[in-house]
Amino acid sequence: MSARIATGLLLGWLLLVFVFIFAPIVASVIFSFNSDRFPTIPLGSFTTHGYDTIFADAEIGEAARNSIIVSLSTSVIATTLGFATAYTDYRYRFRFKGPYLALILLPPTIPLIIMALAMLAWLSWIGASGQLWSIIIAHSVLTAPFAMAILRLRLHQIDPDLEAAAWNLGSSEWRALRSVILPFCRPAIISAACLTAAISFDEFAVAWFVSGLNKTVPVIILEIVQGNIDPQVNAIGSLVFLTSMTLVVLAQLFFIARVGRT
Amino acid sequence: MKDPLVVLSSVVKRFGTFTAVHRLDLEIAQGEFIAIMGPSGCGKTTTLRMIAGLETPSEGEVRISGRLMNDVPVHERDTPMVWQSLALFPFLNARENVEFGLRMRGVDTVERRRRAMEWLERLEIGAFAERSVDTLSGGQRQRVALARSLVTEPRILLLDEPLSALDAHLVIRMQGVLTRLQRELGITFVHVTHSQSEALAMADRIVIMSEGRVVQIGRPREIYRTPGSRFVAEFVGRNNILSGVSRGDAIETALGTFPAAGLPAPGRPATLVIAADLVEISQAPRDGAIPCSLISEEFVGATVTLFLEAADGTELKVQVPERALGELNQQAGSRYHLSWPADAGHALTET
Repeated sequence: MSARIATGLLLGWLLLVFVFIFAPIVASVIFSFNSDRFPTIPLGSFTTHGYDTIFADAEIGEAARNSIIVSLSTSVIATTLGFATAYTDYRYRFRFKGPYLALILLPPTIPLIIMALAMLAWLSWIGASGQLWSIIIAHSVLTAPFAMAILRLRLHQIDPDLEAAAWNLGSSEWRALRSVILPFCRPAIISAACLTAAISFDEFAVAWFVSGLNKTVPVIILEIVQGNIDPQVNAIGSLVFLTSMTLVVLAQLFFIARVGRT
Repeated sequence: MKDPLVVLSSVVKRFGTFTAVHRLDLEIAQGEFIAIMGPSGCGKTTTLRMIAGLETPSEGEVRISGRLMNDVPVHERDTPMVWQSLALFPFLNARENVEFGLRMRGVDTVERRRRAMEWLERLEIGAFAERSVDTLSGGQRQRVALARSLVTEPRILLLDEPLSALDAHLVIRMQGVLTRLQRELGITFVHVTHSQSEALAMADRIVIMSEGRVVQIGRPREIYRTPGSRFVAEFVGRNNILSGVSRGDAIETALGTFPAAGLPAPGRPATLVIAADLVEISQAPRDGAIPCSLISEEFVGATVTLFLEAADGTELKVQVPERALGELNQQAGSRYHLSWPADAGHALTET
């Protein structure tokens, strides 16, 4: 009996934690359909006005386009880089491997604002700031470690004889990489691609510093909020949340799938 | 010997400061079933991997069909291997696993499929062709691995302890499958194992390795009955090993003096090996028999090994058929008398 009470209490606690985490997001989604200008209770009537405005707004459309280009490109570049470093770690033993890995895993530990300033300084020094691809470069550096971490986990699960078995059956090293290592890592590759895209899509600080006139969605949100209080911010927020959550859930699904199947 | 297919000459393999294989010389004939046997770390797997090209010799030459292979990359060697872990591709089904080698050789889809199915049928797992390899049993996976290696019709098959993970009854069945296949195909099998029963049951010749060196090469019966060194006598079979001094045509040991052939010059140290299954045991005292007391027994089915101790503490082993046990009425501490025929002793020149 007391065990059931304990389970009940723990479930209640879990529920509270979820409420605490998701309440602001739920509120933002609810207010995005509210007709009142200020987010207050009682609510006004239901409206899709906020969404209509943002879909009609050319500047927001441009930002959305930028965000999609940046996050897709970042995802491809960061996953490729992440795979290359994870594979190097898996395949080769060399001196200073520890420092090599530490160096690669470093970027996420640097405070974003410092990272953003450094990126801006560096990119403008080499004359590459203020472009859309400036954000892509910066985001790739920022997210590659996540891709590498996911892929490294997957490569740790591989039977060390598997690649050698492919060579033994007549495939060259490149062919074995393509026909054994990549298929084995496929769920992790998809997972890494989704996760890096999601991080890039949400990222504000670095994008704001290096983007120049090419605003991404988080940057434009800040600009709107700075100007006035506008329910359309809630609408954009809801859409951004939906996009990121979809990507993260996809990443998780592939992550679980591969843990389940050795 | 028929034409040698694989020739290793003065092969040395070092890993950093550790020498895994010391100046190995070995010829493996076309169509021969050879077993390389030894305790873990003896260099047997390294030797196999050098034939496959997965390791490069530090010194010496590896030749296959006369061609120097030292610098030929793994994928150009056509020396398929059955791995201890089997190393089946988990993202491919059984048939696709078997097709892999053909796909790498550019064989077209239809032909590939036909040949893969032929091999799966031959190994009696045709029904599992489309199954994921994760869902197959140990024995079935073993057969997929075999089919995958043989589908390209190689001249040689390398086996790296593939039976070590199987249940005992499956090991016997797979041994049957392997010997039958080897005879039917007439190709060379090089089987690395630490199990003497596997080596004795299947191989034409056995190579015994210890600490990176070949210590004896011979037919299974030779290895079993006439071990060339104390190491082999301890490693293969169940042997009693007595140290002593040569008296020319007999050897003087702590347990008495026993006649033996092939001893070194009188006065030199020598060793006598008597296989446990050649020792005779009785309860009644006999002329020249060694009195012992029983310590323990090991029952493995048809035969039982009895461990006894002589008056001076020397441990002796006797193997008797299980059905002969009744007459002995054995109990720990019981007194027995051991003897062996004069020709049962096998002398070693080393000590």
